[in-house]
Amino acid sequence: MRGVSKTFPGVKALQNVGLTLGRGEVLALLGENGAGKSTLMKVLGGAHRPDQGGIVIAGKPVEIHSPHDSQDAGIAIIYQEFNLVPGLTAADNIFLGQEKTTAGFIRRGEERRKAAELFKRLEIDINPDELCRNLTVAQQQIVEIAKALSQDARILVMDEPSAVLTTREVERLYAVIRELKGQGISIVYISHRLDEIFEVCDRVSVLRDGQNVGEKPVADVTRKSLIEMMVGRELKDEFPARDSQIGKPRLEVEGLNRGKAVQDVSFAVREGEILGLTGLVGAGRTETVRLIFGADKRESGNVFLDGKPLRIKSSSDAIKARIGLLTEDRKLQGLVLPHSVRDNFALPNLDWLTRLGFVKRKEERDSFGGYVDSLKIKIPHQEQAAKNLSGGNQQKVVLAKWLARNCEVLIFDEPTRGIDVGAKYEIYCLMNELAAKGKSIIMISSELPEILGMSDRILVMHEGRVTGEIDDVKNATQEQIMDLAVK
Amino acid sequence: MKKLLNDYGMILVLFVIAGILSVLTWSEQQPAGKSGAQRLVGEIQESFPDGGSVYVVTGSHAEDQEYSDELQAGLEADGFKIAKVVNGDTRDARAGLKELAQGKIKIDLVAGTPVTAKWLVFEGMRADFPDLGNPIVMGPSSYKWPTFLKTDNLLNVSNQIAVIAVLAIGMTMVIITAGIDLSVGSLIALSSVIAAWFIANMAGGVEATATGMVMACVAAILICGLVGLFSGGMVVIFQVPPFIVTLAMMLVGSGLAYIIAEGTSIYQVPDSFVWLGRDTILGIPVAVILMLFLYVSAHLMMSKSAMGRCIYAVGGNVEAARLSGIRVNRVLLCVYTVCGLLAGLGGVILASQLKSGSPTYGNMYELYTIAAVVVGGTSLMGGEGKMFGTLIGAFIIGVIQNGMNLQGIEPYTQKVVLGFVILGAVILDKLKKNSWRLATS
Repeated sequence: MRGVSKTFPGVKALQNVGLTLGRGEVLALLGENGAGKSTLMKVLGGAHRPDQGGIVIAGKPVEIHSPHDSQDAGIAIIYQEFNLVPGLTAADNIFLGQEKTTAGFIRRGEERRKAAELFKRLEIDINPDELCRNLTVAQQQIVEIAKALSQDARILVMDEPSAVLTTREVERLYAVIRELKGQGISIVYISHRLDEIFEVCDRVSVLRDGQNVGEKPVADVTRKSLIEMMVGRELKDEFPARDSQIGKPRLEVEGLNRGKAVQDVSFAVREGEILGLTGLVGAGRTETVRLIFGADKRESGNVFLDGKPLRIKSSSDAIKARIGLLTEDRKLQGLVLPHSVRDNFALPNLDWLTRLGFVKRKEERDSFGGYVDSLKIKIPHQEQAAKNLSGGNQQKVVLAKWLARNCEVLIFDEPTRGIDVGAKYEIYCLMNELAAKGKSIIMISSELPEILGMSDRILVMHEGRVTGEIDDVKNATQEQIMDLAVK
Repeated sequence: MKKLLNDYGMILVLFVIAGILSVLTWSEQQPAGKSGAQRLVGEIQESFPDGGSVYVVTGSHAEDQEYSDELQAGLEADGFKIAKVVNGDTRDARAGLKELAQGKIKIDLVAGTPVTAKWLVFEGMRADFPDLGNPIVMGPSSYKWPTFLKTDNLLNVSNQIAVIAVLAIGMTMVIITAGIDLSVGSLIALSSVIAAWFIANMAGGVEATATGMVMACVAAILICGLVGLFSGGMVVIFQVPPFIVTLAMMLVGSGLAYIIAEGTSIYQVPDSFVWLGRDTILGIPVAVILMLFLYVSAHLMMSKSAMGRCIYAVGGNVEAARLSGIRVNRVLLCVYTVCGLLAGLGGVILASQLKSGSPTYGNMYELYTIAAVVVGGTSLMGGEGKMFGTLIGAFIIGVIQNGMNLQGIEPYTQKVVLGFVILGAVILDKLKKNSWRLATS
């Protein structure tokens, strides 16, 4: 890949990124969440087209406009969520879309034999006639790899292949990767688990903010130097200064549990405090706050507000207790996109914006107008559909929703994701203002500088548990957090 | 205006269809009834500005009677003298002439209907009865006007679509929540049968009082509401897709209707039962008045009330609505119940129009209703849609059916045409929305 750039509206996802992959080489692709790894992968897979740059395979430039082109070029991508049909057999899945047929009929015997050959090549024993839904996750992954091989893939991209596997299964995966390597297949290995890099990879390439920050042989790097490369952005004046008066505990959470996602999570957030909650994607941060907010059912655990236990069965109970949640995914959970921003604003506020069941139009307009001014929301008119707004303005509309309810506890889940730098700063200022007014804020973020720059206290989660608490934020480092987060 | 067209673009389609039908049904119209009489009064006054003596001859039907009364009143008001009035056949008309001639009463004019004015008896009148003077015969002159646009026909169309339009109110709400209700057609049958059964067996059959009939109808509507509530409950509690739940209730409702009616129609209802379905108030059918009232209420509810907001929000993004504290389950239960109640009401109207209850009523109505909603611009994906859009959709379907009836197209062909019209209307709406989106983005 040479000088690939990709710009999305408002975001430069990739800037002049290059990757070189030798024959039979395993390249680790590293980066924080949002560094551009998945965009790069989608460019390879044909889901996105680059604005600039191109791909050269074996000296020949290739044009990849669709997933089909990508396949033809010998690239196979194994996503975290497998693309298998659970009701078909392993062999059927391998040859899905490229069935061996005679006059329209599938030559099952041949497919089965070829599948068995592929499994043998991978030195794994799977019955080709087994339905995919009966296979373990690790076996399904092998089926995916076999499928890629059956398409004569020469380049295999694996997105966090180990995330779903047990330790022993991971060992077997390493063996498969080494096997493939021996057969001359090149692999791009994306992972958050640094230890694995040293186990199977030859070289490592690090992305940050859509740019290459380094490409080195694995032998030349250490765990520490890798973390530094991943997070090593300079801290400028990105975050507004604040000195807050932190009071008594406001919201207390005790022994929250839900399956594997959230295990025995307890913490408290105090008056006027911004509590940073971080960890890698999937660490259980969002799941935790959804339990507090009543969006999901908790298996056990209690939530106290000002020392009194809260009975929260649904989100509306949480809202009544004056808790507000700004969701991670504004488009899917925060806003009704096709509806006007004013309708969105009114949604949690309908109880006080209505008389006899009818919406008080004038009050609604005036109230929202007030927030449009004070939060500097840029909209042509209040009837503007929410989907046409930039990320920053959408976030402000969501914030207005909760401010109008006069929430005492505000939970910001990735408040600045997909928001440009200027709007970020405004959001930070608003959060500081709210904290200064004595509100309690929980901020989930994967961006370590943001966590370090904004929080009064930091909780780190890993695999559903709180793995560390950092009180002395001023002297904390990103490395320290990363260490707690990757375990 | 622009906003109106954006919101209700289908109204243009309705006008175009109405225009085409007007052209197709453009034909000679014979004036009749009150308006025909008024027309003739005008024409007579032009010919006889100084007044005169008139012999009024009309047929003996109720409509002729009305015509005759209006004619006399109009002529007298204009200073004409009514020499004689006959409502009957040619023999009566001849007897009238004879009587006038014997009384030596001179007349200037014989005024008739388009039919009576052409009776042969008046052709030889001057020769046969010279004593009458020199009278001429006048009937209202015919005029060109589309049959489709005649008041009677328009009221007829409205009355015919009333049932589907009422159902479509509930269906619009359900579809805006991104659901669907296939059971409404069966609920019509169930409601008509229950209402007729109660009247026949509990309220005294043909002797039933108004109170008895109202109670029977309310009971039928409430039972349908319960069925709707049940469907909503299944959707909310067990997360069964609405399509499946209401498909099941469609079978259940239809089966129950057959069981209650024992497989036949129930006719034992009093004549006054047709008030809702066939009577008029100030010339407008009662069912149409009810329909319009429901549309205005539903429009206010959807556009101005908190409940309406919640319905749109649930359909637009159920997760965002839930996380904004909206009690999604309550909204869904409410919507399916309302849909059931309105289907029950539709069944009562249909039973009243047809003066009986039958398990065969409402067959395929769920599909016509969904078609009306979709043609009216409501998205099956939920979150979007307007009440009056649905009303326009119902009118488009009703008008096309009526137009084909006027053109004498047979029912099987009508179905084919209707199918393509629905498809065309929706594609048109899509195209319009797409181009609008391109223009703004």
